[in-house]
Amino acid sequence: MRVRLSAESVHNELVQRIEEYSGQGLMACYQCGKCAAGCPVAFAMDMLPSQVIRYAQLGLVEPLLESKTIWLCAACQTCYTRCPKGIDLSRIMEALREIVMLEKGSHINYDALTSEEQADWPQQAFIGGFRKYSV
Amino acid sequence: MKVSYFPGCTLNTTGKGFDNAVRASAAAVGLDLVELPDWNCCGATYPLIIDNMLELAAPAHVLVAAQQEGSILTTACSTCYNVLKRTNKFIQEHEEERDRINTFIEAEYAGEVEVKDILHMLRDDVGFEAIADKVQLPLKDLKVASYYGCMVLRPPNEVAYDDPDHPTSLDDLVAALGATPVDFAHKNECCGAYLAVKDESITREMVYAILRSAQNAGAEAVVTNCPLCQFNLDKQQAEMRKSYAGYQPVPIFYFSQLMGLALGLETEDYGWERHYVDARPLVQKLLEGAS
Repeated sequence: MRVRLSAESVHNELVQRIEEYSGQGLMACYQCGKCAAGCPVAFAMDMLPSQVIRYAQLGLVEPLLESKTIWLCAACQTCYTRCPKGIDLSRIMEALREIVMLEKGSHINYDALTSEEQADWPQQAFIGGFRKYSV
Repeated sequence: MKVSYFPGCTLNTTGKGFDNAVRASAAAVGLDLVELPDWNCCGATYPLIIDNMLELAAPAHVLVAAQQEGSILTTACSTCYNVLKRTNKFIQEHEEERDRINTFIEAEYAGEVEVKDILHMLRDDVGFEAIADKVQLPLKDLKVASYYGCMVLRPPNEVAYDDPDHPTSLDDLVAALGATPVDFAHKNECCGAYLAVKDESITREMVYAILRSAQNAGAEAVVTNCPLCQFNLDKQQAEMRKSYAGYQPVPIFYFSQLMGLALGLETEDYGWERHYVDARPLVQKLLEGAS
């Protein structure tokens, strides 16, 4: 993939919002790949955790907003625990979800949950899920 | 020793058996859990957007209530622990944000309470040796895999009281109860948490990796300290029997259930009927082995 870089494109508005919401410096990442290697949901992702940062470093945020990956991160913090640069990638994932949901609304359909599920499932799953997937 | 106790929403409803077992077994080893009056939900996730003060209001409100009762607040739910512990640390370290939270919830709180996971208290305030001394029914020959999940381990600089890569507190407790802990690689690997609300098939693959790893290590039972891990590990096994040929289900216990059993307590209200993989045959076997 050919990407033309410029100071403007690398520091575009979406990149700035990611850094502002997450409090993380994207340029600290040197792509060692430990986050992707240890991620327990990587098998289901369309972009690896390390690729999420790489794309954001290059100012290519739109593909991230359309990815499945940002909805699969469960914030288990394995990547953050292992990152040699101390980047909390789960905060970057949350920032990306926030950017999408502020524009498009919630990412979960409450009505799709059956009453049986609602009775059996722990509150923790619902409250956690709704907090992550809704605005 | 009396200590303020926060049950949390899950232990008050679907995880009631966990709660009953925790209260009874803690009392049996000299830890009197006094339920925090008028507690509210902690929010179930720690907000990761850095200026999301609103989601810190609920856990902060719990901490303020705890301050009226004593210097320590304990909880058995590992997610509640994670949220309360991180919120408390945030309040301690961020003066400006602390003022905003206090204004919102009409309090003057600066992080004075110490938030401690119940397992941490059992290890350091009671002591596993003291627990071992009170065991009536040693869980002899039972091979148990201890599954810690994420919430009491990560992020380590904020919540961990154990080694985040090689935790031992559950294993040591299980050993104190007379069982044989088995080591396995996935003891601190995420089970998928609330992902199941959107897509259970992904959770199932994650759970399969964890339980296969535990069973390959020889586990006959898995023990955990997280109500959402217990639910995911337990529930997904019904479908796993269909998706993975030859898969043999394994019962998923809360550590407090095994603790109550080993201490010789009455265990009728430990929520056995809620388990997806019936744990009662194994419990019966343990009880018969003792008599």
